[in-house]
Amino acid sequence: MARAIVQVPAQAKRGEIIEIKTLIGHTMETGFRHNDRGELIPRDIIRLFVCTYNGVEVFRAELHPAVSANPLLIFPTVATESGTLEFRWTGDNGFSAVRSAKVEVS
Amino acid sequence: MSVRLLLLLLLLAAAAARAEIPLAERRSGYAFMGRDTRAMQDDDAVNPATLWVLDGEELWRRKAGAAGESCADCHALERMRGVAARYPAVRGGELVSLEQQVNVCRVERQKARAFGYESRELLSLGALIGRQSRGMPIAVEMTPQTRPYLEAGRALFERREGQLNLACSQCHDERWGEKLGGAPIPQAHPTGYPIYRLEWQSLGSLERRLRNCMIGIRAEPYAWGAREAVELELYLMWRARGMPLETPAVRP
Repeated sequence: MARAIVQVPAQAKRGEIIEIKTLIGHTMETGFRHNDRGELIPRDIIRLFVCTYNGVEVFRAELHPAVSANPLLIFPTVATESGTLEFRWTGDNGFSAVRSAKVEVS
Repeated sequence: MSVRLLLLLLLLAAAAARAEIPLAERRSGYAFMGRDTRAMQDDDAVNPATLWVLDGEELWRRKAGAAGESCADCHALERMRGVAARYPAVRGGELVSLEQQVNVCRVERQKARAFGYESRELLSLGALIGRQSRGMPIAVEMTPQTRPYLEAGRALFERREGQLNLACSQCHDERWGEKLGGAPIPQAHPTGYPIYRLEWQSLGSLERRLRNCMIGIRAEPYAWGAREAVELELYLMWRARGMPLETPAVRP
């Protein structure tokens, strides 16, 4: 199970811009490095991050080999209605992680 | 003659005073970092070391070894407050680092295999235990037993070594605040170990950090867990006495 931390404000006013922080543990092995024996270390990265808000996609990021280990993504969205934000990371070697957080909009 | 002697003594005293950083002028590595890196350390939600702390919490409760006991079975986590600020310490007549003490518990109490140095498990427990002392002043115990280790550590800190023939003190006592390869030279206070070092893209121990410096001056690093490494660690902690612990810190 991948380790991930998401931070979403628990409450927000309708129309307010809220900041969402996501951090996930991943080596993000570039595929360009060699090991002690000179062999290429195969690439192992997260390829895609998607955030949905009550099922509607509000943020998407494609990740590439130049992205650091343990990618930290911070992005804004508009608090439209109470509900659930779902965060999904997918990548090489069948990597997949899902987290969710609730936000209450008044 | 006596005047000359007095002058000589005064000069010597001045040189000695210059060598060590006055207590009030000490700065954590934090003070030398950019705003973004500081922000990363200050917010648990974006400090990557938090991932290791979470792992540590899980490990703390996991039963292990032939004894089938977890850390939590003996130690309440709250009771770990202040512990990291007191290590390395003399336990059973030997100077041990916090990592070594964790392994003493592993082997003697849990009857389990010791964790390797720099293993994910040892770093995670180090981060979790260190986190309990965040904000507390560093206070290694100074007793007649620890004194010889401290003096040995100080001697290592001031001893020139490696092909570049440099001592720790030449950079970190005498030239802190100047630049080395474009980066500021910090005062080398171990205020936040284990640290998430952006260069490493991972969490790492003080020993790993010491290796970086030693390889940099082209000296042979001490073996993992070597007595010299722990003595140096003790001296560095004493040198940073009273400074608040930032564990788990972020460093560039």
